[in-house]
Amino acid sequence: METILFYVLAVVTLLSAVFVIFLRRPIHNVLFMILTMIGLATLFILLHAEFIAMVQIIVYAGAVMVLFLFVIMLLNLEEIDLPREPRPLRWGFGVILSLALVVMLFPVFKSIAPIINGVAQNGDLAAASNLDLIAKELFTTYLLPFEIASFLLLAAIIGTVVIGRKLTKS
Amino acid sequence: MNEPEQSIILLYLILVGVLLTAAGLIWLERRLLGLWQDRYGPNRAGRFGSLQVAADMIKIFTKEDWIPPFADKPVFVIAPAIIVITTLLSFAVIPFAPEIEIVNLNIGLLFFLAMSSLSVYSVALAGWASNNKYSLLGGLRAAAQMLGYEVFMGLSLAGVIMLAGSFNLREIVEAQRNVWFFIPQFPGFVIFVIAGLAETRRIPFDLPEAENELIAGFHTEYSGMKFGMFFVGEYMGVTLISALIATLFFGGWMGPLLPPLCWMIIKTFIFICGFILVRASLPRLRYDQLLSFGWKLMLPLALLNVVVTGAIILAAS
Repeated sequence: METILFYVLAVVTLLSAVFVIFLRRPIHNVLFMILTMIGLATLFILLHAEFIAMVQIIVYAGAVMVLFLFVIMLLNLEEIDLPREPRPLRWGFGVILSLALVVMLFPVFKSIAPIINGVAQNGDLAAASNLDLIAKELFTTYLLPFEIASFLLLAAIIGTVVIGRKLTKS
Repeated sequence: MNEPEQSIILLYLILVGVLLTAAGLIWLERRLLGLWQDRYGPNRAGRFGSLQVAADMIKIFTKEDWIPPFADKPVFVIAPAIIVITTLLSFAVIPFAPEIEIVNLNIGLLFFLAMSSLSVYSVALAGWASNNKYSLLGGLRAAAQMLGYEVFMGLSLAGVIMLAGSFNLREIVEAQRNVWFFIPQFPGFVIFVIAGLAETRRIPFDLPEAENELIAGFHTEYSGMKFGMFFVGEYMGVTLISALIATLFFGGWMGPLLPPLCWMIIKTFIFICGFILVRASLPRLRYDQLLSFGWKLMLPLALLNVVVTGAIILAAS
């Protein structure tokens, strides 16, 4: 059951990723990008990583893509003005680059292969509440990088508000 | 009765309950608005206008379901469905009583935030797909508004999560056995209510549809049941936010004497009436006021609330 679900979701995710590239209206691209994000989130849920799945939806599908949509609506983009037939050089370059990426990612693919087959291998990963696990790791093992990252993000939030305030005064 | 059957029956009961409430609110809101604004409200169809909902339904279903030829058809059709889907999905995690809940998720609150962040697309896409400049303006406003208000909606709940030590809505209710969270988390409660008002796009935050400047904003081109979905979606949103306020800040199903479900329903209805009272009494904000109010006042307040709550919890432990 879980395997079937995995393949269905994987097909949906990959197909929407393909549509992101090949459709010509920017809004449709954004829509399929959102679908790809949601597809990825469902795959995370299959791996019992609910927290990451929800963050994926809240941050990427919910916030980042809204900004994309906002910009596209603001600029009122219709069709992208790309050459209809891509040049062969560009094709060749793209193929070589993506192959290089696959080669580089191969060790990663290999290491997660057992998970792809349906069940998470690590027993307590599925049993323990995912949230507790992540929280414990973040606040013990990875405390410093986590704090630095969160501090940067907080500074960015406050920074935007300050910049916005300055602009309205002048 | 075994488990899956029971949960499926429960699912249908909650679905029907939510839809009936949303439909009933169409009548309730107009009657209450009439009462508070010293005018009549619906009083012709049935006793006290109680058949108004039926009349509205007949009208909505029999109207021509027109799709403008200049619209982007698939997106135009999907947009109203998104709001109904995301709002109904959010109801899945709300515990109406100790036994009455569709799923008991560890990440319940995050699930609600995820769904509410997805519901933005409904309005933004509707505005864009209509291919009409007023709709587009409405959609743009909606996107900017929801983006700004979502940020501190999440932050306003951080205090509750810290106090309860869980994202699980049932555990959050259990944690309120001694004291309801609106007392220790009063700023969080106020901020959440304001964010909730903005999230459901009701007056004073209904800039996306602002009928005196944008015709009807994002749903100008919509008619028939597609309009009905936005209409009912808004009332479902109000019900959802009210139920969440009751769950997160007012002890959910807890209360003396009456059975838990009754308490949950009573609390939810009190907040729904509060939403209607706000609509009856406040004017609409200007758009720049709305955005600067969100980013410059509510966001810092929400951050401050997180810091103070964290400090108090740290000091107390």
